Amino acid sequence: MAATQEEIVAGLAEIVNEIAGIPAEDVKPEKSFTDDLDVDSLSMVEVVVAAEERFDVKIPDDDVKNLKTVRDATEYILKHQG
Amino acid sequence: MTAKIKPPQGSPYARIIGVGGYRPTRIVPNEEILKHIDSSDEWIRSRSGIATRHWASPEETVAEMTLEAAGKAIADAGISAGEIGGVIMATVSHFKQTPAIATEIAHRIGAGRAAAFDVNAGCAGFGYGLTLAKGMIADGSARHVLVVGAERLSDLTDLTDRSTAFLFGDGAGAVVVGPADEPGIGPSVWGSEGDKADVISQTIPWDGFRVGDLAQLPVGENGELKFPALRQEGQTVFRWAVFEMAKVAQQALDAAGITAQDLDVFIPHQANMRIIDSMVKTLKLPEHVTVARDVESTGNTSAASIPLAMERLLATGQAKSGDTALIIGFGAGLAYAATVVTLP
Repeated sequence: MAATQEEIVAGLAEIVNEIAGIPAEDVKPEKSFTDDLDVDSLSMVEVVVAAEERFDVKIPDDDVKNLKTVRDATEYILKHQG
Repeated sequence: MTAKIKPPQGSPYARIIGVGGYRPTRIVPNEEILKHIDSSDEWIRSRSGIATRHWASPEETVAEMTLEAAGKAIADAGISAGEIGGVIMATVSHFKQTPAIATEIAHRIGAGRAAAFDVNAGCAGFGYGLTLAKGMIADGSARHVLVVGAERLSDLTDLTDRSTAFLFGDGAGAVVVGPADEPGIGPSVWGSEGDKADVISQTIPWDGFRVGDLAQLPVGENGELKFPALRQEGQTVFRWAVFEMAKVAQQALDAAGITAQDLDVFIPHQANMRIIDSMVKTLKLPEHVTVARDVESTGNTSAASIPLAMERLLATGQAKSGDTALIIGFGAGLAYAATVVTLP
């Protein structure tokens, strides 16, 4: 069953916590991965791969650069999840 | 008529019997790189784990570095150079393509008329050479083979490219492969993904200068023509290296009939500490496995990185002769090669 918006944000929060060590409660839709959450370009790849597995979605490298905020990623996953 | 050809008379098994390395004398700290790019020591360390690298002087050519490393490897193997029947040079940074530099090396080490040739498989070159050496020994075409990875990547570095200026280093690593009573080099899991050829490449071909439309050639701030350099798409390389190569590494363990629990040492191509750390995590390597982290002080030396890291682990006592090691090289091509070896 497809994940809801809330489930995706919560899932991304867990992933960011696991990879960058940021408290999950700090991961909110308006937060920028790079500027607010200390997720650099390489960690972002790890976040994306973890999100792909968790939400059954493919996020090609060309699309990764457009995912600036948690909201961007959430909307992308909502639209593309299997 | 089809005449019956005699089956191979070589040794069915081979192993690495000696290793040697050469690192250029000059050590270049991140501070020196920062003269050319807007970055910081902290940024470089956090993105790559690199603190210093060695850059060759004009006298430390690919050939001279190779001769130093090869001499040590042959001494370590306890054989004479005359017993070497094959010399394989993996390099992308020896700029005189003809003749193959391996022939000069064979001659200068005293390997007489050894079969000698160069291999270009980017950062996977050492693994390709090792696989070929094993085949030559099994075939009986050579009894001992010298396999070298040697690079002067400082010559192919664009000092103004802030994503790669700090990455590359110079050096040479060599091993001698010889016959063995039991398998000391497992099956290679190797291949290439030419659909990703543009992900890591030289900025312009050498003949770009000859036939080139000047407007197509890269120019610096002052309009000067820029020498070809290596460039890469960092995120794409990172994803491929960590997640696809972790699968290849697992296949190499499977092909050797062992599990990660049986490993003593993991020697991945020293591309970037972040790739190494993520691979270790993805592969779920047990705590007891020693991981080569030579990139911190040597940078990324492409085909030279695995034998250099192997030599240092043995020299510092972090690994010992007889240990079981998983090696994996991956890079431009995108080409890769992974295998399990017994350390010399």
